[in-house]
Amino acid sequence: VIVRWLAQTAAVIALNLRTIPARLSSSAVAIIGIAGVVVVFVSVLSIAAGFAAAMQGSGSSDRALVMRSGADTEMTSGLDGPDVDVIKQAPGVRRDGADPLASAELYVMLDIPKRSAPDGAANVPMRGIEPAGIAARREVSIVEGRMFEFGTNEVVVGRAASGQFVNMRLGDTIVSGQNRWPVVGIFEADGGVAETEVWADARTLQGAYRRGNTFQSVLVALDTTASYDAFRDWLTANPQVNVAVRRENEYYAAQSVAMTRLIRSIGFGIAALMGIGAVFGAILTMYTAVATRAREIATLRALGFTTSSVLVSVLAESLALGAIGGAIGGGAAYLAFNGYETSTMNFQTFSQVAFAFRVTPELLGMGLFYALLMGLIGGLLPAVRAARLPISSALREL
Amino acid sequence: MKFLPLIWKNVWRRKFRTTFTLLSIFVAFLLFGILMTIRAAFSLGVDIAGLDRLILIHKVSLIMPLPHAYLGRLQATPGVQLATHQTWFNGVYQDPANFFANIAVEPEPFLAIYPEFRLPPDQASAWLADRQGAIVGRDLANRFGWRVGDRVPLIGTIWQPKQGQVWDFNIVGIYDADDGVDKTQFFFRYDYLDENRAEGEGLVGWYVVKIADASQAVALSRTFDEMFANSSAETKTTTEKGFIEGFAKQIGDIGAIMIAISSVVLFMFGLVAASTMAQSVRERTSELAVLKTLGFSGTAILLLVLAESFFIVLVGGGLGLATAWLFVQQGDPTGGLLPIFTLPGRDVAIGVGLMAVMALIAGAAPALGAMRLRITDALRRV
Repeated sequence: VIVRWLAQTAAVIALNLRTIPARLSSSAVAIIGIAGVVVVFVSVLSIAAGFAAAMQGSGSSDRALVMRSGADTEMTSGLDGPDVDVIKQAPGVRRDGADPLASAELYVMLDIPKRSAPDGAANVPMRGIEPAGIAARREVSIVEGRMFEFGTNEVVVGRAASGQFVNMRLGDTIVSGQNRWPVVGIFEADGGVAETEVWADARTLQGAYRRGNTFQSVLVALDTTASYDAFRDWLTANPQVNVAVRRENEYYAAQSVAMTRLIRSIGFGIAALMGIGAVFGAILTMYTAVATRAREIATLRALGFTTSSVLVSVLAESLALGAIGGAIGGGAAYLAFNGYETSTMNFQTFSQVAFAFRVTPELLGMGLFYALLMGLIGGLLPAVRAARLPISSALREL
Repeated sequence: MKFLPLIWKNVWRRKFRTTFTLLSIFVAFLLFGILMTIRAAFSLGVDIAGLDRLILIHKVSLIMPLPHAYLGRLQATPGVQLATHQTWFNGVYQDPANFFANIAVEPEPFLAIYPEFRLPPDQASAWLADRQGAIVGRDLANRFGWRVGDRVPLIGTIWQPKQGQVWDFNIVGIYDADDGVDKTQFFFRYDYLDENRAEGEGLVGWYVVKIADASQAVALSRTFDEMFANSSAETKTTTEKGFIEGFAKQIGDIGAIMIAISSVVLFMFGLVAASTMAQSVRERTSELAVLKTLGFSGTAILLLVLAESFFIVLVGGGLGLATAWLFVQQGDPTGGLLPIFTLPGRDVAIGVGLMAVMALIAGAAPALGAMRLRITDALRRV
């Protein structure tokens, strides 16, 4: 009995699917509707995915960032020279010979226009580092030109910053107020936020920004990931300094939370509302499909096909429309947005972060699942109606 | 007029189909309203920013402070009505997640330069009398349940007090403002900050200058920047509108993305409406032929069909926009991330325009088809 039911159902489904092209214009409404929802859903979430990937891929768990206690970002932090000396002597700091792998840094902003809006200005982050700042960041490599000379006003520019902002190519000179910063190299940092930064000698930057002998943070390479607790406890218990210690990767990940959540909730909210609309579209399409085939369906029923096989066949057609729409939408979002490079403002530091949209396999999967769900819901009512169609009156119709 | 019942009957000919079409157009314009609200939120209220207010920031970057001594020179420049300064404080209330703007200002010139912030006179004089006094926006007060008389501690991040980390403030006033003005800010007195901070005495964040004649904005901007050229703190002057626009641009393409999404949405739902109209006219071919036989002119038939499509789109879309407006009235659902959360009147007008366009496009093809119908063909078709 089950085999026969399966055979029946398969036959009706095959009939329905084969006739979709014949009803192209009405099917198109459902397909385009569902595809539209999936495009919007996947592309908005790909913004959040790209931003989160840039922030969460930044920093390392075996490095610690030391800032003044109470400061929530490097931008608002401030450390004096003597504080820095204490921090560099803390236990758990990795050493290169006798020298601690710790870099006292400045984090300021440059006012430089984006390429996409050359008449405006954007807050491009600029970091002053010490020689240990390069040794401590193993992921950083110079891909064009060379590293800047300490003691000069030369700078190296992150790959993303070089692409997003004007006048930051190799050989250019960045002009900011009375300062001139010749660009001698371009660096990469595994796609992290550092690639949106401009790096210079911390000492030169102190002079240019009139900071005296003060810094904003100290980046420390730890002996091992596990040395973190000892390092933090020693510093927080030390009465000579008043600092807060964070793992570098956690510091950056925390900065992405608010923005990522905002984009996600916008994405889900819009997709949910659009989904309702697309379901209406699917329902209309399927009702039309059922209405135009009322006679066929009634004939099948008269021939002895069961109501459930008719019901399943209508659902299958609607699911197929969903799958086609989902595939079109996901493909369009991937082609249009995957890898699209842009930059936005990190609301924690008010400085720019460059990132690329990421249409991940998970997002495509979610999009397809959502498309099938819309197809299923859209097909439900029409399927019930098809199954309930009274045979005699349907045959008499028309 | 006498055809209204006929249109009404036609619209509800297939109750189910009409209901769903209405609902999908309803959703389309609900989404349109919400997307435009988000777009406006990300443009940070640039629509209401003053053209007669100039902002002076440090030429190198907004984060660099300016000396307090510039105030006198700005005030003495011809064409300047009033000049004042502001300082970004970036204090944290309990937890960094509770972000809101807190800014040190000079109360009297501040209230004079920003008439859009409405503060009851007794609260304004209380602010002038209390050095630790602060005024907060209505939305911010609601968010944390603050009332006049409350004592609010903020943890200093940029500016530390001489002792400890906490700055105490008294809420002396709650300001209100029209829609589209940020009511989530916290303003307190600069003299309190300057006398009690451990370092940075005499530094301010930026200057705001109200000028007598907005057409002089460009000339005066140049005058100011030349006045401080070659000093230790050079300046960059823009109109407040230009400044906010620049800041909004830094967020990136959010506005463009919202408009792109709206277009996809409206196209998609427009298609649903169009296909429904086409279908309902096709079904009625013979009826329309009968009407023609009875002496209805082609134009009358055209108008009948168009009226139907306008009815569906305007009712569905109107309800959608109205619902979006009601939703927006509830205030920012993100708890402070979008300080300006309002549906701009201009976008409502654009929405109504789009409804008309959608109704016209959806109804045009079937209406024209109906008008051109040849009676004999149509009657034979069945």
